Amino acid sequence: MGALFTKDTQAIFWNNNTSAIQRMLDYDYTISRTKPSVAAIVAPTSNNKFEKFFYGPDEIMVPVFRTTGEAAKAFPKSDVLLNFASFRTAYDVTMEAIAIKGQFKTVMVTAEGIPERLARKMNQSARDAGVTVIGPATVGGISPGAFKIANVGGTIENIVNSKLHRAGSCGLVTRSGGLFNELSNIIAINADGISEGVAIGGDRFVGSVFIDNLLRMENNPEVKYMILLGEVGGTEEYKVIDAVKNGQIKKPIIAWCIGTIAKHFSSGVQFGHAGASANADAETAAAKNTAMAEAGIFVPESFNDLPNKIKEVYTKLKAEGVITDITEPALKTVPTVRRAKEFICTISDDRGDEATYAGYPISSVATPETGFGIGDVISLLWFKKRYPKWATEYIETVIKTVADHGPAVSGAHNAKVTARAGKDVISSLVTGLLTIGPRFGGAIDDAARYFKYANDNKMSPAEFIDYMKREGKTISGIGHRIKSVRNPDLRVSGLKKFAAENFPATPLLDYALEVEKLTTSKKDNLILNVDGTIGILMVDMWRALGYSEADIDGFIDAGALNAFFVVGRSIGFIGHILDEKRLGMPMYRHPTDDILYNVEVAEQL
Amino acid sequence: MAQRAIREYDGKAIFSKHWEKYFSGFHYGFKSVLVTSGAELKAKAEEHGFEWLKQQPLVAKPDMLFGKRGKNDLVLFRTNKPGDVTLADAAAWIDAKMANTTTLLTGQHGQLTHFIVEPFTPHSQEQEYYISATTVGEDDVLYMSAEGGMEVEEGWDEKVNEVHIPINMSDADMQHAVKANIPSDIPAANRESFASFAIQFFKFYRDQNFAYLEINPIVMLDNNEMAILDLVARLDDTAGFMMRDAWGDIEYPTAFGMEDQSPEEKAVAEADAKSGASLKLTILNPLGRIWTMVAGGGASVVYADTIADLSGNVSDLANYGEYSGGPTTGETKFYADTLFDLMTRHKDPKGLDKILIIGGAIANFTDVAKTFTGIIQSFEEYADKLKAHNTRIYVRRGGPNYEKGLKDIQAAADRLGLYIEVYGPETHVTDIVRMALEK
Repeated sequence: MGALFTKDTQAIFWNNNTSAIQRMLDYDYTISRTKPSVAAIVAPTSNNKFEKFFYGPDEIMVPVFRTTGEAAKAFPKSDVLLNFASFRTAYDVTMEAIAIKGQFKTVMVTAEGIPERLARKMNQSARDAGVTVIGPATVGGISPGAFKIANVGGTIENIVNSKLHRAGSCGLVTRSGGLFNELSNIIAINADGISEGVAIGGDRFVGSVFIDNLLRMENNPEVKYMILLGEVGGTEEYKVIDAVKNGQIKKPIIAWCIGTIAKHFSSGVQFGHAGASANADAETAAAKNTAMAEAGIFVPESFNDLPNKIKEVYTKLKAEGVITDITEPALKTVPTVRRAKEFICTISDDRGDEATYAGYPISSVATPETGFGIGDVISLLWFKKRYPKWATEYIETVIKTVADHGPAVSGAHNAKVTARAGKDVISSLVTGLLTIGPRFGGAIDDAARYFKYANDNKMSPAEFIDYMKREGKTISGIGHRIKSVRNPDLRVSGLKKFAAENFPATPLLDYALEVEKLTTSKKDNLILNVDGTIGILMVDMWRALGYSEADIDGFIDAGALNAFFVVGRSIGFIGHILDEKRLGMPMYRHPTDDILYNVEVAEQL
Repeated sequence: MAQRAIREYDGKAIFSKHWEKYFSGFHYGFKSVLVTSGAELKAKAEEHGFEWLKQQPLVAKPDMLFGKRGKNDLVLFRTNKPGDVTLADAAAWIDAKMANTTTLLTGQHGQLTHFIVEPFTPHSQEQEYYISATTVGEDDVLYMSAEGGMEVEEGWDEKVNEVHIPINMSDADMQHAVKANIPSDIPAANRESFASFAIQFFKFYRDQNFAYLEINPIVMLDNNEMAILDLVARLDDTAGFMMRDAWGDIEYPTAFGMEDQSPEEKAVAEADAKSGASLKLTILNPLGRIWTMVAGGGASVVYADTIADLSGNVSDLANYGEYSGGPTTGETKFYADTLFDLMTRHKDPKGLDKILIIGGAIANFTDVAKTFTGIIQSFEEYADKLKAHNTRIYVRRGGPNYEKGLKDIQAAADRLGLYIEVYGPETHVTDIVRMALEK
């Protein structure tokens, strides 16, 4: 057992308590932590993927997950869960965290008033699993200079005043969270601050008790002496007395139990916490203070005398050379006025000497000798990753394949009509692009979505066809006006050949070809068409690149497949528009004999 | 407060509500009524389903959270001989008991208001058993004895078997442990039946989130008919949110003999219930000379401790309480108004100064200047009265914006001519008590 937390400790914060998290990050910045102490947030009802926080003068993004399991998977090294769920759900949250094997070493539970039976179950299950529970009903704990839980210590000014920004030599354990700050202050004034501190919580059943914390501190060489602030009620202090008597604890302890007032009032007045009620003489504050003093623990005359006792013990340890002088570290100052950024950019940066694409200076990707093609640039700016050659070549193949499909398709037609109306390139191009949607170009999206859905849900090809029929949908990506099994679409053949030769595997394409076998057995032209092939191979590409199914679904939902079509077809549209300009064609008016007029006199209602 | 006592009647009602689910093979009639006067009892007897009140001999006793009612001669089960109490007798007895103040052997005294009335159950001593369960340390403990009634309490160590049941013990292990510990003096014919009841009793106690449940005696009649003659129960009220349906409409009465709250304490409790902040007030001695207005639960305890330690006379301490959890300026003013009003009602009998401790530890995030604004507003109203009682005010506080808060309160007191000393986090939290008492 060493220190409870280190400078590398990272927590998962359950509940999006932005002010408490901001305080942790302010602390991190002040003490120059390299990594933020909160790795991720769990917020079951949040739709956000991240939350922005200040880190000193800058902002950082902390990822948000819906479940502890997902957060733990993404941050396997985060071994502290800060459970800020309400008393209604705190038990479930802790039990779920304990069940994630090997993830959490410490779970801090802040809720007050968890049903006692649930609290006992939670605490016992944690003990059995080797997980330390701090709380419930606590403000938490701190390892000064390393890691601070949520609101412990109060404001940054108070933290610095109470020397909670760097490790001292005292191990502090209290029950009360409210007096934790006060004790830190007293220790800073009368000694050299604390090395580690925990408020164990005010409920009757708490996970880690005084003795657990004191034994850990006994074994932590940074802790030179301990201070225990107990309370009337319970017998936990006697476990400490036993440990001192039997030599398990050798470091000096200064201790005091508050609630000596209770002896003056027979019953009825609840002094302090739910756990603070003496059921027997031994549980009174006075009895515990006496017993601790008899065991050799340093017990002051009264609470008011506690500072003097601390000074006395500290001075003695200093004189004995147990405690040495501390070099005060430099502190960073959190700016008092900070402005949240309105926009976030995670793909490119124009602030340095040279603008970058996902960290690559433009000059390093632009010219031919760099080896970067347009597929590389797309992978950098769209997906923030450098894709391998086969993948960037596939992207380029797609763009080249969809660049144009003649003047008759609706998008190109609209672009041409607009150009002939005398509009500029941008207006004409946009008119063409606005045509892209569910019927024109959208088949790529839908093919990827539906084939993937069927494949993910392990539908057989026949079940998939049945499913689409039941849904009343034609299968996107299947069917061609002219091409057929006997007269194959050579673009499709090319894509398939490229994939066969370059992709590590093509499971979704293989599945789609099984579907094609069934559809073409019904009708010769129900072949896998070019839209379908592109979308399906894109899924196979992402799978081979190691993306999770959820990531790929995210790409499809964000419209990334459509985007490939938009980029490719823009090339063709611009060609048609320039063609119109070059030809100087007049304003187009559709011939009336090509329109069926069927107009009746409006009925009067 | 997590564990709260409920009336015997309500405890039995919970038993009755879940009897079929838990106590298969046993029968329980739940013939009980809770009344607050003889007239109410008579009216109850006219209701459908309560004809037994007129037909059977009755037992009546107060149902007000105190025990040893037999020893206090507060159980009516005989007029001339056991089992001859009629409805009219019970009604008259209840009215008679309510007419006067009752003093228990413990010295507690007060007005009896609630009575439970049940049929008289003829039975022999051999049919009486004892059973209870509660939490001791981290474990549940089931207590069983072949002897019920007062006798079990007199020979507890010899007569009672204990079964410790850790929180995560499986039902199979729990059943095994209970069966292995059935008191040996339970007659062989009843052992199996008692074990079965005990196991079901424990599950009922556990699943219904009781903190303490005792039946003494439980009477096993013929045909597995169970009579719960006396019952003491405490619920874990933190489980209330998930037990709303299971417990029904539960009342947590104040213990008998506890002085009723004063109107001021009630007003603070009501404000507390409505607020997200915490406002607590207990008046210990209305004539006390030291009044405390302390922020935070832990701090309020150490101020009370220190006043008792240093004054040498605990009756100096007038009140105990706290305001915390970020009360609004309005809430703080209301709390201060209540205190200042109370502390200026009576002159100190010895003519000594009154002392007002405005204390608190270093706040986490409560804006000290903001809460002090509420106190300052109250100063404005009560300055003359406070001065009339020679009130000396001692302030100690830290936390966000404390410098401004301290400066403001000092300026306000100076302007109003109040005696004040103001300290921040550099002064030990309770040291103002010493300063106040030494002057």
